[in-house]
Amino acid sequence: MCLAVPGKIVSIEDSLAEVDLAGTIRKTSLLLVPDARIGNYVLIHAGFAIQVLDEDYALETLKLLEAVDEVSG
Amino acid sequence: MKYLDEYRDPELAKKLIASIKATSRREVRLTEVCGTHTVAIFRSGIRGMLPENISLLSGPGCPVCVTPNEDIDTAIAIARQEDTILATFGDMIKVPGSRSSLEIERAEGADIRVVYSSLDALEIARQNPRKKVMLFGIGFETTSPTIASAVLSAESENMDNFFVLVSHKLIPPAMKALLDAEDVRIDGFLCPGHVSAIIGSRPYEFIPEDYGVPCVIVGFEPLDILHSILMAIRQLESGNARVEIGYRRAVRPEGNITALKILEQVFEICDAPWRGLGLIPRSGLRFRKEYGRFDARSAFGVDVSASSEPEGCLCGEILRGAKMPPDCQFYGEACTPDNPIGPCMVSSEGTCAAYFRYGGFV
Amino acid sequence: MRGDRVLLSHGSGSKASHELVAELFLPAFSNPYLDQLNDQAVLEADGLRLAYTTDSYVVDPIFFPGGDIGKLAVCGTVNDLAMSGATPLYLSAGFIIEEGFPIDKLRTVIGSMKQAAEEANVKIVAGDTKVVGKGNADELFINTSGIGIISKDIDISGSGAKAGDKVIISGSIGDHGIAVLSRREGLEFDVPIVSDCAPLNALVADMLSVTRNIHCLRDPTRGGLATILNELASQSNAGILIEETKIPVKDAIKGACELLGYDPLYVANEGKLVAIVPAEDASQVLAKMRENKYGRDAEIIGEVIAEPRRVLLKTAIGGTRIVDMLAGELLPRIC
Repeated sequence: MCLAVPGKIVSIEDSLAEVDLAGTIRKTSLLLVPDARIGNYVLIHAGFAIQVLDEDYALETLKLLEAVDEVSG
Repeated sequence: MKYLDEYRDPELAKKLIASIKATSRREVRLTEVCGTHTVAIFRSGIRGMLPENISLLSGPGCPVCVTPNEDIDTAIAIARQEDTILATFGDMIKVPGSRSSLEIERAEGADIRVVYSSLDALEIARQNPRKKVMLFGIGFETTSPTIASAVLSAESENMDNFFVLVSHKLIPPAMKALLDAEDVRIDGFLCPGHVSAIIGSRPYEFIPEDYGVPCVIVGFEPLDILHSILMAIRQLESGNARVEIGYRRAVRPEGNITALKILEQVFEICDAPWRGLGLIPRSGLRFRKEYGRFDARSAFGVDVSASSEPEGCLCGEILRGAKMPPDCQFYGEACTPDNPIGPCMVSSEGTCAAYFRYGGFV
Repeated sequence: MRGDRVLLSHGSGSKASHELVAELFLPAFSNPYLDQLNDQAVLEADGLRLAYTTDSYVVDPIFFPGGDIGKLAVCGTVNDLAMSGATPLYLSAGFIIEEGFPIDKLRTVIGSMKQAAEEANVKIVAGDTKVVGKGNADELFINTSGIGIISKDIDISGSGAKAGDKVIISGSIGDHGIAVLSRREGLEFDVPIVSDCAPLNALVADMLSVTRNIHCLRDPTRGGLATILNELASQSNAGILIEETKIPVKDAIKGACELLGYDPLYVANEGKLVAIVPAEDASQVLAKMRENKYGRDAEIIGEVIAEPRRVLLKTAIGGTRIVDMLAGELLPRIC
């Protein structure tokens, strides 16, 4: 029930950020993630950033996926 | 696209599917709480790739599906008034109320505008100071903080022409209602990843603790979904039920504290009717007294006569996972995405619409 | 068809639009030419085969990145003719102008039409102008009709697809719809997205020089690639299987669609075509297309199958799902 997509903050003015998703840039409110900084990736939903994406956990998940053993699970 | 493409790798998908097949030895019924998961599972083709012993049941996580008839009727009544603009998310425009829909009302002359964000609705209010602008507030915990934030902005700008028709609902109480209904055996929950980005993992802990049912918080890309199904099955095989975060890059155990604070500042919890499921205690939001002046219900004072549900429509049972779309007498014939009878067919992520659009072949 | 009012979805190229035609217009006007439901009518007159078509343009905003309503009006009708294998020759242009519309803007639109007509090598030979009171038209509406000649050895229609044929798209999808939408939805792009609006008759002529045996041609305008593949499958009584990974989509279009909850398969294109050709001719036709500036990014995206008679997509992760026609309007969603 919730379409939210990841984009990169490229500029911030007051609490409004320009967020870049694969070359499309949209103004997004940072009122729900006041600690977000330029360069952070955030989840965008209905014009707002709702969470900052954690790069370390993202990489950890990918490592876990790659380590999955097909035979024994 | 970063954070998207990596989670769509076909080779990793194959490995995960093989691993799911190797790990799951028994009949497993997992409830996909979230409508967006239902659609993602169909669209990616995962539905047809899972082994037969794994059943995915649909859940009530479709805000369009569970918005009660009365709320749509109220929105329509407000939209019909003079000098009023109704702002709505696109999802709601075709949903049938008791007698009409927002799409039909727009054709009949009501000023109804589709917005992508509550911020758009605020802007409409700023640009039309002599009109009353009402935002139809639907959605779960992912969306309600964005509405609360818009209300705070309206407050700080002393706006007197911005209102919200609050129809927000909460997910964990609905999950409890599914478990308490006891007519559907649920072996595990695939929990909504973006709701959880806001509320964290703690609100689900009562489920393994009180009911012994595993919960995995799931992202929306194909690999997220497959990996989380694997995690749920591993919990079942090990007999150790708990809440696990599969979507770690977006979900922290404590959730988004700022969003939760803003939510709590503007709204309070109340009992709420869910279309198809009935009244669920403490499962909805309403304005706190201090923010009552933004409440569309009191500002517009419209009175809608008792709303009726179409007879014979099985949306209720389908939302609980008790029945499947083909079980409904109307499915696919009288009721199609172009001529929907019930909300499950009209919502782009309603179970019936998803089955109709994507599932016929699988 | 539901209700007693015309709705926006009736004009979006969706199932609702098809229903409006099938239930209202077709029964009233029925004749062998119309009943074929191609984008153009193929008529016989004195031994000549003529293609004849009409289209109205109501795009909002009328100026968008990469074009304007005028360019669209010429290219759209030229392309409808070209999709029957016709050489487009003559266009008519009717204008409905809202009172108060700036003459400068009108001049710009007319200039775009002149340029497009010159590129397409067509002449605008008849026209009409009406002005309506303020508020009775959204700035400017244009209708163009067009006529062209189809050579005797060409037989292209929606019902010509055969099992085993290859499906080719002439380039990336979604550009036009997103370019137009970007103004309305406040999207910006680091590499500007422009409409792909273009006349395709020269591209079609190139393709026909490789083989006369092209089975189907259609341009994926309103309703997008998904809708016209469904139309072709239905008219040809066949199925179509396409592969997600082979469909060209620009990154920025992917991003814009993710942001708004759109599926690129349903977004409008104004300078692309889908060709269905026999398998043995496919690579030659593809190579020729890539020599033309409007076919540089052409790709073979799938094939025609006998059963099931649906449009199917092999997904990026290796699954298979159905691709349906566009149901209503394309709307931004939060769910």
